[in-house]
Amino acid sequence: MQDPSSETAPEAMISEAKPSLARAIAGLPVVPVFILVFLLIIPALTADFLAPHDPVTGSIPKRLKPPVFFGGTWEFPLGTDRLGRDILSRIMHGAKVSLSISLVGILLGGVLGTALGLIAGYFRGLADAIIMRLVDITMALPSILLALVLAVSVGPSFQTVIAVVAFVLWALYARQVRGEVLSIRERDFVARARVSGASHFRIIWRHILPNAANTIVVLATLQVGSVILLEAGLSFLGVGIPRPTPAWGLMVADGRQLIVSAWWIAFFPGLAITLTVLALNLLGDWMRDKLDPKLKEL
Amino acid sequence: MGAGATPAIEVRDLETQIDTKLGLIKAVDGVSFTVDPGETLGIVGESGSGKSITALSLLRLVPRPAAKIVGGAVILDGEDLLQKSEAEMRKIRGRHISMILQDPQTSLNPVFSIGAQVVEAIAMHAKGPRDSLLKRAIEALRHVRVADPARRVDDFPHQMSGGMKQRVVGAIALGSSPRVLIADEPTTALDVTIQAQYLRLLKDIQAETGLAIIFITHDFGVVARMCDKVAVMYAGRVVEYGPVREIFVNPAHPYTRALLKSVPTIEEDVERLYSIRGQPPAFWDMPRGCRFEPRCDVALPHCKQDYPPEFTDPGSGKTRHCASCWALEETEWTRNRS
Repeated sequence: MQDPSSETAPEAMISEAKPSLARAIAGLPVVPVFILVFLLIIPALTADFLAPHDPVTGSIPKRLKPPVFFGGTWEFPLGTDRLGRDILSRIMHGAKVSLSISLVGILLGGVLGTALGLIAGYFRGLADAIIMRLVDITMALPSILLALVLAVSVGPSFQTVIAVVAFVLWALYARQVRGEVLSIRERDFVARARVSGASHFRIIWRHILPNAANTIVVLATLQVGSVILLEAGLSFLGVGIPRPTPAWGLMVADGRQLIVSAWWIAFFPGLAITLTVLALNLLGDWMRDKLDPKLKEL
Repeated sequence: MGAGATPAIEVRDLETQIDTKLGLIKAVDGVSFTVDPGETLGIVGESGSGKSITALSLLRLVPRPAAKIVGGAVILDGEDLLQKSEAEMRKIRGRHISMILQDPQTSLNPVFSIGAQVVEAIAMHAKGPRDSLLKRAIEALRHVRVADPARRVDDFPHQMSGGMKQRVVGAIALGSSPRVLIADEPTTALDVTIQAQYLRLLKDIQAETGLAIIFITHDFGVVARMCDKVAVMYAGRVVEYGPVREIFVNPAHPYTRALLKSVPTIEEDVERLYSIRGQPPAFWDMPRGCRFEPRCDVALPHCKQDYPPEFTDPGSGKTRHCASCWALEETEWTRNRS
């Protein structure tokens, strides 16, 4: 750092990297993207016409069939549950539910929480006090209780689950983003922007938000797992996605009683959750590195 | 003040208060100075003497809500900046008065290329297609002697050395050709050779554009090199003000003398460097009389009672040499009216 000669650093040291779509795609981490594409995105998009069986109507004579390599047949590659419904078809349709709940819920909660966190952290004072007390209240309120209240008053539905997810997540975002903003706003480039005449909005939008983006992205990817688990918990209590709509969490909950005799009912949706969350975490790591210009060029 | 020349900026009796847990303190207490175009004023003083708050007060950017400018005037172009609305001030910051901060390592946004940041600063005060703004940005970078600016605009701050970054900060500050530049210890974070380069660069730009510079520092070496006149601040007040030569050769205030004495010189061999005994007074427990009295070697009994008035050296020329010290009452210096 104290090297004055670095001012005329050899040009070779500076990479000539120009961002381009092809480069961006080539740089994607293979394994997580592969898992996500084949486990989440393709099944979610094609479940309606590629799933071998109807996900909601089963046939009782074909109930509790084991998966194909464990004494089953190719008719039901991953076995059937106790109503004779095909697990594979249900996982494919479940991907659609999990994907849409996670995406919409995280987007809603994330945008709301980030916006409030930015306001609280940047302006401090009264706005900060009010927003952070709301965060405390939200965090103190059990999400299950809120879901029960919502389910009783408006009935369990897809929208109810999304509302609960967004409600739980906004507080996490607001708290995390506020903390980040508190440190970013004290950095000199924010003061520099201010002395060159930037408005509050410009400072928040151009100087603070991009520097908090890492946190937001990493938090979003890490939340997918807990959102899926939250949805499972809600469904288990009968206030989540209403049966018989296939949802991964619901399927794990349903397979619980038969875990010894028919392990596949809970195992495969559980595996789907694990792989999805793992892949999203890996992707989150990759994205964090990508978003950090210091790591990008090395 | 000389006849004819309109000062680039004039500050009169500036007062800034900070509301702390220990009560209301006057961080800047009646500071006045003028800077002409092409002139450099050095503001020196120890940490906590109110230098930086003075600088921020000029831009009306004191940390709110704790700090508040409560009095005085900052005249730019015949208009008092303290009377302006916040929206009008935003147009003045960066356009007419710019500021360079202390630490180049953190003055640049790490997630944008330096070109984007120079363009942003220029675009805030000028409209135009991105291409022409980028051309202006490259020009601004060339102006501060960044080598090969057309290529370096795509670099990110972490790819540059500290000295280079501080030049980029300079390009951002000077991109809209302001008339006044406030430099808050811009070279403290740089090593000595880079520091000298940077100061020379500022001097050259000043000679070229007639920029008025307010240079905040506690380094007397930098003052001697850069400044035309000096304001010495102590505990929120200017205790001595005058041409740089006068301040060095003929310091009138005991505090200035003590400060100069604590700078090591090449000529003399000293066993132990002089240091001013005691500590600056706490702002919430300010002495009623002279604020330097508790640490002063030549304090008179009178000094405890009243704050000394300002005295002027009758021999001083265009830039007056003034100091606030009771000891000057016995000399040929003339007492200023109120």
